[in-house]
Amino acid sequence: MSNRLSSARLALRNPGVIAGGGILLLLVAMALAAPLLTGYDPTELTPRFRLRAPGAEHLLGTDMAGRDVWSRVAYGARISLFIGFAAAVLALSAGTLVGLVAGYVRALDGVLMRIMDGLMAIPGILLAIALVSLSGASLGTVILAIFVPEIPRVARLVRSIVLSIREEPFVEAAIGLGTPVRSILWRHILPNTLPALIVQGTYIAASAILIEALLSFIGAGLSPTLPTWGNTIAEGRDVFQRAPWIILAPGAFLAATVLAINVMGDGLRDTLDPRLAKRVGGVAQ
Amino acid sequence: MLTRRLLGVVSAAALAALALSTQASAQEKKTIRAVMHAPLRITDPIITTAYIIRNHGYMIYDTLFAMDEQQKIQPQMVDKWEASADKLTWTFTLRDGLKWHDGAPVTSDDVIASLTRWSKNDSMGQALAAATKEWKRVNDKTFQLVLKEPFGLVLDSIGKPSSNTPFIMPKRVAAAPANQSIAEFAPKDWYIGSGPFRFVIGEFQPGTKVVYEKNPDYVPRKEKASWMAGGKVVKVDRVEWINVGDPQTTVNALIKGEIDYIEQPVHDLFPALKKSPDIVIHDQNKMGLLGWMRLNWLAAPFDNVKIRQAVLLAVQQEDYLAVLVGDPAYYKYCASFFTCGTTYESTNGAPDMKKPNYEKAKQLLKEGGYKGEEILILHPTDLKAITPYGAVTEQALKKIGMNVKLLAMDWASVVARRSKMDPPAQGGWHIFHTFWVGADLLNPITNAGINAKGKKGGFFGWPEDAQIEKMRADFIKETDPVKQKAIAAAITKRAFEVVMYVPIGQMQFPAAYRKSLTGVLDGPVPVFWNVEKK
Amino acid sequence: MGRFLALRLIATIPVMGVVAIVVFILVRLDRGKAAAQLCGDICPPERLAEIMTRLGMDKPLWEQFALWLAQLLEGDFGRSIQSQIPVLKLIGERVEPTLSLAATTLLFSVLVAVPMGVVAAWQHGRWPDRLIMIFSVIGFSVPVFVLGYVLILVFPLNLGWLHVQGFQSIGDGLGGFLSRITLPTLALSVIYIALVARITRTSMLEALAQDYIRTAYAKGAATRTVLMAHALRNAAVPIVSVIGIGLVLLIGGVVVTETVFNIPGIGRLTVDAILGADYPIIQGVLLVFSVIYVLINLAIDVLYTLLDPRIRY
Repeated sequence: MSNRLSSARLALRNPGVIAGGGILLLLVAMALAAPLLTGYDPTELTPRFRLRAPGAEHLLGTDMAGRDVWSRVAYGARISLFIGFAAAVLALSAGTLVGLVAGYVRALDGVLMRIMDGLMAIPGILLAIALVSLSGASLGTVILAIFVPEIPRVARLVRSIVLSIREEPFVEAAIGLGTPVRSILWRHILPNTLPALIVQGTYIAASAILIEALLSFIGAGLSPTLPTWGNTIAEGRDVFQRAPWIILAPGAFLAATVLAINVMGDGLRDTLDPRLAKRVGGVAQ
Repeated sequence: MLTRRLLGVVSAAALAALALSTQASAQEKKTIRAVMHAPLRITDPIITTAYIIRNHGYMIYDTLFAMDEQQKIQPQMVDKWEASADKLTWTFTLRDGLKWHDGAPVTSDDVIASLTRWSKNDSMGQALAAATKEWKRVNDKTFQLVLKEPFGLVLDSIGKPSSNTPFIMPKRVAAAPANQSIAEFAPKDWYIGSGPFRFVIGEFQPGTKVVYEKNPDYVPRKEKASWMAGGKVVKVDRVEWINVGDPQTTVNALIKGEIDYIEQPVHDLFPALKKSPDIVIHDQNKMGLLGWMRLNWLAAPFDNVKIRQAVLLAVQQEDYLAVLVGDPAYYKYCASFFTCGTTYESTNGAPDMKKPNYEKAKQLLKEGGYKGEEILILHPTDLKAITPYGAVTEQALKKIGMNVKLLAMDWASVVARRSKMDPPAQGGWHIFHTFWVGADLLNPITNAGINAKGKKGGFFGWPEDAQIEKMRADFIKETDPVKQKAIAAAITKRAFEVVMYVPIGQMQFPAAYRKSLTGVLDGPVPVFWNVEKK
Repeated sequence: MGRFLALRLIATIPVMGVVAIVVFILVRLDRGKAAAQLCGDICPPERLAEIMTRLGMDKPLWEQFALWLAQLLEGDFGRSIQSQIPVLKLIGERVEPTLSLAATTLLFSVLVAVPMGVVAAWQHGRWPDRLIMIFSVIGFSVPVFVLGYVLILVFPLNLGWLHVQGFQSIGDGLGGFLSRITLPTLALSVIYIALVARITRTSMLEALAQDYIRTAYAKGAATRTVLMAHALRNAAVPIVSVIGIGLVLLIGGVVVTETVFNIPGIGRLTVDAILGADYPIIQGVLLVFSVIYVLINLAIDVLYTLLDPRIRY
């Protein structure tokens, strides 16, 4: 236990964690304080003021429907960060469940892992586009489409950790003592997967934010009226040369967010789970 | 050391690429590379009205009659024709030299099969079919139309310029059932037409690339080309339709000379195009496009006329037009169901759609007993010409206190869902937006939105109104132009009263092309005959 | 080796089975969509039902699945619902651009990234290392489409270099090919350079810490020899495996890149098919992609045994 605490303390001293986490906190603050940071409703159309360049009136200009880009960026942080967080939590929970069961229950291992292999063999992006397109775009389906393709990777990770820990003397001892399976998993195995999961979670969150933008870009994303970064970028596509701010502003925030999460993830990985240092995060574009 | 060498290799490769770039291989054949407004996948112009499929039809098929720039119907495949004194028997003779792309001659049987299939799907075709007793073959080149009752729009129907255009196909292709595509029915022959271009089936990549080559056996009419009528003289060897997918990239490719023609470049990019000395921006289709907001009459609360009227009063056309087009030079206010600037334009009974009347709208909602039911708007995410409408409607309806929800989905899903008559909460819908070219909305018969047959053969939204149907029948029989105009105005009044749909204005979508192209024809359909490339 | 290959091939069968089931269920989520595309503008429910029947979509799910599977086992992927062109032909026509883009990207990325990784490891902790690591994190974070637009803006439009869009087969002239494929390759490469540079650096650091490296230095071997002959060779296994993973990730990147640069490849075919609800194409492409994925993994395993003499089967 003390071991874990100290590694947490170590993590908080890692420059990557500090820088990445700091930027991320700022972005969260921006998302929460969006109504205070801008006087414009991000969904209000004012066709007369369309395609205004950045200036005093509109900090980051306006888009094709005359909506204020800065307020779309600020409010958009809410959706992007939420999607990143939700996708990571869901993928981790589902993947951990599958991985624990597969790693611990021999009888199910083969079946579960073959299903995971099959899911993994289908390109995640295409699976996501197909899921959203076929089931209709809403926040729920978009998150679903993003986290489902991530499950196999988490499941594999957890399973491999479970398999290695199972052989450790303290687990063998617990089994020998007749400790119930549930508490072995809960008390001995799960805590040991945590560092790897946290690191993996950051990569999933980063990737989820990018994929949401990508779905909107392709025309299979959330309702275009919602102020998401992806939507704003997709909207600016048609007029990139004339009004580059529509893409560059949310694009910069998008890149900065993903960067912050990745830097934090790298820092966490180095401190929490040096074994993982070799592994490369599941970043997809 | 190592990196330096590698860097050297990489930069050398990049330089080689640069040196060899841009002006690649000189084309021996004269080829027009065009980017059309949409990709071509389905190829049956009778089964759907999608404009890209109609445009494809004009490339490879020919028509009996065609509309010229005076909006008069002129013969195209037909040499001579006459109507009997009672106007009940029409006799047509095909001109000489008409041949299918496989070399066989075009016969009366082919024509009759094609028109029969067309008249099952097209709204004007259906009207014609209802008045028709039979199509009769006289000999290989002569055939007759025998009517049961007078029909004032015989030539207007079979000379209809836009969707569904009555294209003439070989009999073995046109024998396809009205609900089965020709590609499925006749997989070996479906691309055979008798038009000025031949379809190069080997190079067809659905959704990406369509290739047409000059039909050397085509015998054009002697008259000068005018809109869809006159001589279709092909002056290039090949036409390639390339689907670029990205509007910005498309414009850049035109500026760089990688393509020659864009059917509908995005208005907001005109400044970049205008800067280039090599590019012309020209409006081929003066009738423009007209946007609609269509309400579902079957879905409560829109089954109540007061609620529909409230929606009509909440609309400000300028909002839609400005968001989609931007530059006011390319749009105009048009509170008419029939294309503004054409014969039957009428604002009889129209509200002021420049200034919405929110108070009156709110009152109508109250009178209509609106209880805050959720209004579902089908909101396509991948069709730039329609996507912006959803947000404008949402904002307008919220202003009068309606509870609105946009359902984001791709256009294919909109197409699927709008055909569902179920209640909105169970897979149906309340509102969708679409647009038509002016040439499709010229009169109460061609305008599918004024069809008031309801569930029995009406356009999605299924409005049913006996008065309008009666007036449409009168319109068909009427042969006096002045009286026809009066009927159209009366229909307009009624159509606004019951809110057949909400017109949201008229837009111009000019084409942009390299100056190396000359002879680009005007008309409701972009065509590639008469075009020369230097 | 032969036995190992056979076993591995057999092991892919259940994986492909799972893929087939997932793909089948996926495209059956929304039933009326494909039929509606063919139904036209005045589309009464009866006509829609007729079309559904003709497409075989009114049959029970298990029966549709059995029919589809039987077809597949005969090598018949069906025809596009909309254009009626055989799916395999459609895919075949689109393979070249995608393969070309994947190949140039992989080649370019490896050429740039491996030396970057080697230098970073060699200069561990010093500024070249820092710089390369910063680049690699940024490379992970910039969306391909944003990068693509910036490249278009800079090169063809402002400088007048290279093509904006399109694809030309390498068989029709190297100049035309390079001029069109350079920008998409650059846009797509950034993330793989980041990926491969990182893993090369990590593997090299590990290899450099080994005893035999110290021995090599002690024996007076030149830095270059040590780096190339000893360390890089030992770091090759993880590098090769990450290149394999990269190739799979590439499929995702290709979808976007093909859209931005108008490359008529498989990525666009798939997106178009999904948005247009052309089910046979979606099924065919997803299956083909999965087979490729499985084969790549197999190839990586084989490469392992060749590169790393310690692994024996």
